[in-house]
Amino acid sequence: MRENCVRDTEISLFGNVMDNPVIPASGTFGFGYEFRDWYDISILGSIALKGTTLEARYGNPLPRIAECPAGMINAIGLQNPGAAAVKDVELKKLKEVYPKKVIANVGGHSFHEYVETSRILSSADEVFAVELNVSCPNVEGGGMAFGLDEGILEELTRAVKEASLKPVIVKLSPNVTDITKTARAAERGGADGVSLINTLVGMRLDLKTARPIISVGRGGYSGPGVFPVALNMVYNVYEAVNIPVIGMGGIMTAEDVVEMMYAGASAVMVGTANLIDPFAAKKIIEDLPRVMEKLGIEKLEDIIGRAHKWSTK
Amino acid sequence: MKKEILTVEENRRLAADIFEMRLSGTSRPEPGTFLEIAVDGFFLKRPFGAAGWSDGIVTIYYRVVGAGTEKMAALPAGTKAEALTGLGHGFDFGGTKKPLIVSGGLGIAPVKYLAEEFYARGIKPVFVAGFRTASEVILRDELEKICDLRITTDDGSAGYNGNAVMYLKDNDISFDRYYACGPVPMLKGMKAYSEKGELSLEARMGCGFGACMGCSVKTRSGYKRVCREGPVFEAGEVIFDA
Repeated sequence: MRENCVRDTEISLFGNVMDNPVIPASGTFGFGYEFRDWYDISILGSIALKGTTLEARYGNPLPRIAECPAGMINAIGLQNPGAAAVKDVELKKLKEVYPKKVIANVGGHSFHEYVETSRILSSADEVFAVELNVSCPNVEGGGMAFGLDEGILEELTRAVKEASLKPVIVKLSPNVTDITKTARAAERGGADGVSLINTLVGMRLDLKTARPIISVGRGGYSGPGVFPVALNMVYNVYEAVNIPVIGMGGIMTAEDVVEMMYAGASAVMVGTANLIDPFAAKKIIEDLPRVMEKLGIEKLEDIIGRAHKWSTK
Repeated sequence: MKKEILTVEENRRLAADIFEMRLSGTSRPEPGTFLEIAVDGFFLKRPFGAAGWSDGIVTIYYRVVGAGTEKMAALPAGTKAEALTGLGHGFDFGGTKKPLIVSGGLGIAPVKYLAEEFYARGIKPVFVAGFRTASEVILRDELEKICDLRITTDDGSAGYNGNAVMYLKDNDISFDRYYACGPVPMLKGMKAYSEKGELSLEARMGCGFGACMGCSVKTRSGYKRVCREGPVFEAGEVIFDA
């Protein structure tokens, strides 16, 4: 093996060239700049911002977190300061410590809210794409409700596409019978890409009282336990659509990144890993060249969808 | 905030299900801040208020409430544990001349450390320590040396018969600022008793350093994270749910 062999981790997403495919997932990284207290975040490929709604939201009552053997359940409920504050305050703070372009994540309770929030956030110079959160299981009458019905999802995607000044990514829910159907609906609506998976609806109960630990009963399960489920869904969606797929769900290591890209991911989002180790995304990025070298991969972009040369029928 | 590998120096039972753990390998924490400790086999780190520090060794107290803390209780000296240290925002106590310290149950941990800081500055605080019952009373000898200690128990089996807030209402104690930590009903009671103080809150946390928004509480100036802007808040700031 040659020493100092340059391993090319660069990828391109909707024309935005990224040093590496690693993006902290929405909801696990705040608005990014606070992670500057741990490390120099400019190494990150991009950042997906905390889910944002038109107006500020407090979210759900506490407790919002429950532990699981290989992950956690959260029911934050889209706590955020509202679209205008994100554009004018949070994005400016982030720009001071992160020079690259980011992905704005948009939540909502109505077509109007999704459209207007997308319009506002896509107009920020720092944003290169908008990610539609139609898969948040933690907001009553909103979020996931828009992501389960193919007709509604297609229509919503089309409405947001018309308003957005930047490419639109639809973040898909795994809480469906066949995720390739919602993926295709997003594509029909004009989505530039899809990201998957959001969390799986889950529940934990207190052993003494039998009461749900999460205040609102259930929440979204994430962490390494969901990785095989996510990988399978990314694999299936890659075959179903002709737009880029961003893979996420339980990625903890650089090896997981390679596996997710084999399945068809053009880029990856790292979520829950950031919450148990603030250095997780940094470690994954630093480990990638070593893992690529071990596997004989010279250019990371070459491996996207490599698993599909093998028949799984 | 730092990620560090700590070493268990001592891990001993103080009362029925209450333990003291002393860990080396970290620098001096600010009183009121906390650390999170990874327990092998459990996904989330566990948050504990820094309850003392000397010669590079930090003290924590914990109650065995589930499988994670049960496993902690069995850790022998010498065990290495990954930890995030120096988390949160602690007490503001620099200008306080006549402090009143109030605790409920294991809420005694961070305010015991604060009492030690006051004592080191030549100030002996009044310390009202509430417990459920006599068998759960801990740290009496240590605190009697450095505080004007008043013990209360809910069942009257030791000290004053009642909780810490009831004790304060029954006794006229003068102070210029109080520092309280304990269960939510007690903190609500403290806020109603006086807003001239600080409350240290507890919450189920995801990350412990501000990323997940799992521990946000309402305050007069918007929502704040117990793990980042807290766990210590001005009493007048916190808005408790009815």
